[in-house]
Formats: sequence, C-alpha cells, structure tokens
Amino acid sequence: MKPGRIKQILLLTDGCSNHGEDPIAVAALARNQGVTVNVIGVLDDLQDSKPQGLDEVESIAEAGGGVSQIVYQKSLSQTVQMVTRQAMTQTIQGVVNKELQQILGKGQSIEELPPEKRGEVVEVVDDLGETCDLEVLVLVDTSASMHHKLPTVKDALYDLSLSLNARSGSNHFSVFAFPDAKHTIKKMIDWTPELGEIHRVFSKLSSGGYTPTGPALKQALYAFTERPMRSMQDGVDPYEETGF
Amino acid sequence: MKKPDSKLYPGTSVRGKWSGRNYSIIRRLGSGACGTVYLCKNDQGDTYALKVGTDSARMMLEVNMLKKFSKVQGVQLGPYFVDVDDWVAANQVTYPFYVMEYIDGLSMQAFLKGKTKDWIGVCAIQLLTHLEHLHKAGYVFGDLKTDNLLMSKTRVRWIDVGGVTAIGRAIKEYTEFYDRGYWGMGTRKAEPTYDLFAVTMIMMEMAYPHRFEKGAHPRKTLENRVHSSVWLKPYRTFLLQCWQGKFTSATEMKEALSKGMLKRSQAKPVHPKTRAQRKTATASSDYAEMLTLSALVAAFLGISLYSFWL
Repeated sequence: MKPGRIKQILLLTDGCSNHGEDPIAVAALARNQGVTVNVIGVLDDLQDSKPQGLDEVESIAEAGGGVSQIVYQKSLSQTVQMVTRQAMTQTIQGVVNKELQQILGKGQSIEELPPEKRGEVVEVVDDLGETCDLEVLVLVDTSASMHHKLPTVKDALYDLSLSLNARSGSNHFSVFAFPDAKHTIKKMIDWTPELGEIHRVFSKLSSGGYTPTGPALKQALYAFTERPMRSMQDGVDPYEETGF
Repeated sequence: MKKPDSKLYPGTSVRGKWSGRNYSIIRRLGSGACGTVYLCKNDQGDTYALKVGTDSARMMLEVNMLKKFSKVQGVQLGPYFVDVDDWVAANQVTYPFYVMEYIDGLSMQAFLKGKTKDWIGVCAIQLLTHLEHLHKAGYVFGDLKTDNLLMSKTRVRWIDVGGVTAIGRAIKEYTEFYDRGYWGMGTRKAEPTYDLFAVTMIMMEMAYPHRFEKGAHPRKTLENRVHSSVWLKPYRTFLLQCWQGKFTSATEMKEALSKGMLKRSQAKPVHPKTRAQRKTATASSDYAEMLTLSALVAAFLGISLYSFWL
C-alpha cells in the first residue's frame, strides 16, 4: 500500500464553547472532509476535578473521528504526541478495515481476524503510521483562562514536532489561535515542517470573554481546504484525497 | 471502539476463542500501558504470565515483537512467547490476550536495597550486554526504564518488549524521564544511542528513586544531580562522557564502564592477606563482595568478548 496523507486538527482548550455554531457539528463536517479532529482539554495543575463543560471535549473528538484527552499541564507534552499518534493509527485502521470489508465481506475488521492474520495486518498499519505524510493544524484557545498555560502549550508543540519528525513520512504543522476579533482565528505559524521556532508565538494576544470554538474550527477547516493551492506549486495533485 | 477494562479475579478461567486452550488466573502481577498482566496456569499446571488488554492491534504488535525478540542470537532477551488468542468475557465483550514466560524477580529498587553502589555498575553492564545483542539485530529497545525490568536472582531481565523499534524509525513509546528528547539531548529516532541515554537515566534513578524534573536548564540539572550524589561518584566521568556523545555503541559504553569498575576494585586495599588475617578482619564481607563483583565484571566482559567473536 502506498503511504497517503493524513489531515488532523488538534484543538487545545480549557473550557466550553459559548459563542457561534455548535463545534460538534463542525467537527462532524470536518470528518466528512477527511480531516480528523482531536481535542485536548488542559487543566490547571491545582484543579482537582473535571470542571463542567469539558464533556464537550469528548463529544467534539467523537464527532470529528479523533481522540480526546483531558490532562493536567504537566503531562501535556506526552499527551499531545500520544493523541496525535493514536488518531493517526485510528485513521489508518479505519481505511484498512474498509478494505477488509470489501475483500472479506461486511462485519470484518482487524479485531475479528484470527491472530496470525491479525499479526500481519497490524504490521502494515504500523508501517503506514511510520511512512504516511501528516498535516496537523493546531488550534489553540487563547482566551483569558488559557494565558498562563501557553508556555506549557509551546513546549508541548515543540515536543510534538520532535516526536513526529523522527518518522520517515513528512510532516506539516501550522498553528492558529482563537478568538480573534477580526477573523475568528489568527494564524500564528504558517505551514512548516518543524515547530522549532515557536518561542515568540503567542506574545501578542487579544483576549475576549467568549470562546467561539465552533466558528474557530470552521475557519481551521477552511485553512485546510486552501492548502491545495500551495500544494499545486509544489507539484502535487491539488485534488488529492486524504486516505490511501 | 471503547471497551470497558477487564478485571480478572483469581480462579477466572480464560479460554481462547480460536484455540480453545484454557488458562486459570492465579493473581494480578501488574498493569502496563495497554493491559494488565496476571499470573496464570494452564491445564497441565504450568505457570505463565498472561496479558489482557483492550486494544487488539497494539497487543498484536507486542506479540509480534515478543515472537521476534524473546530470543536474539541465541540469547534470551525478553520473556519467551507462549500463546495469543481472544477471550469472550461473561459480558460478551471480546478481549485480546497473550501468554508468555513468567519471570519471577524483584524490581530494580527492591533489589538494590542494602546493596553497595557497585551494583549500579553491574546492572548497567548487564543492560548494555542485552542492548549489544538487540542493536546488532537491527533494533532498539525504545522505552527502556526500570518498570520494564526485573532482577531475576542477580540477572537483569526485560519483561516488556512492546517498545522495541527497528533502527531508523521513530520511537513511539517513551517515558519522559528516560527520553533524551525530553532532556534536550537528541531526537526521538530509533538509534542505538537512544537506548544508551536511557541506561544512564536508569543509573541516575538508582541514586534518585523519586526521579526529578528537567527544570529550565535540563543539561545543567542532570550535571548537578550527578555531582551531588555520593552513589554516583564512581560513575561521574562515565555519565558525563555518555551525555557528551562519547559512546556510539553499547559495546564501547560497556567497555568503558567495565574498565572503570575493575580499576576501582584494584585501587582499594583489598589485596588477599593470609587466611588468619581475613578471618579476623571485620570487613571480611566487604572483601568477599568485592571479589565476587570483580569476578562478575570479568565474567561479563568475557561473555561479551566471546559473543563478539562469535
């Protein structure tokens, strides 16, 4: 199988959306466009229980075909890379399962294969995870309550780029922040293979008292659909589908 | 997609859906990243370790690794593989499981209690010997940490080979404390040097059982910690050399460590005296320990040289 391209939005937030359209619906839309939505809810290190409103984190990821996790700041780095990888595997497994159903009939999946066959299939899935191209758009909630968590977010994103760049497949990252008064989301870092130069990001921020997660996700999705123009310059088929 | 975690109680019978083979649970041994390990026995009464998980793809990758790497170049590195199957629990949920050798032993921390600091070096040399074999076979261990090790009598054994990765690929599983990426000392590419760094962190952990965080200047933190530990005093130069990138292979690193340890043993005034003197000496146990240690170190050096020529 030829390695394909996987597209993900990684949403980092600490609260519930309270403005604009339903983020769960937008996540479902993204999934249909071949973009997986992963969500990480970032807790304060002192927070001792899951605050209300973070249920949304799980629902958005569920609708977006991705993975969600609620974590304390100190485990953010490891969680970010784990969630990204897990979602990649999930996407690849989904594609492989579809193929299996075409060959073996309905109801067949990797899990239902006898152990020997399963052993061979998971190796293929693993290989694809190592070699596929990956595009991650990171969408950071920079509303007031997130401000003091942003240094940790930066560390985690740098760490994510370190993890993923050890793979053989190519990586492209971009970072957006929301809310932004004019355009809902604000581009902080344009598509780049590495997130090494992340230190100065988030220095100038406008914060509002609202969290328009849904509209922000939608804008992020547009940012993906604008991507093919760029790819065309690179000589890549602009109508390339995600998947394999 | 999500399954409820399975909890198995002593006496539970786990029957393979595909093979029909039966294992009876004795007790829980521990939990890993993707499942729980139990002590079990089959119908013939042989005891094994049985791992039950929820993510069948990940479990299968582990099985593949176990099959490949329980034995490399005639050396038993991990537990040997016994069986893999699915189990349909009473709640009709299917759980993947596999069966492997049960390795009885102590955790590194428990083993080191009351031992001299020479054992830090001896354990590291054993680890490096294992790594030599694994690296020669084209793989790195990846998630090398004390949780994945057991001291079986005086031998280090690997009990979890789930993180083993082909050289040149990306490390998928790691634990921050042992990860050179976390300490700003390199990439997360699977290279032999990735494991070598983890060995130094295992040595650090022997002196600092509660571990520590990287702080604002990771490298400085490590160096300060090395200098402020009496336990690590004999290994200072060695550790610093490793972090400076002096060692490119497990063999080189092992030789440097062995050399250092043998030299130290000679430097101490423990020359054999007469039998009578030894009997009266209060430090006689010290002497004996030193002698066995030297013998151990020499033996490891011998074994490694031997396998090197093989």
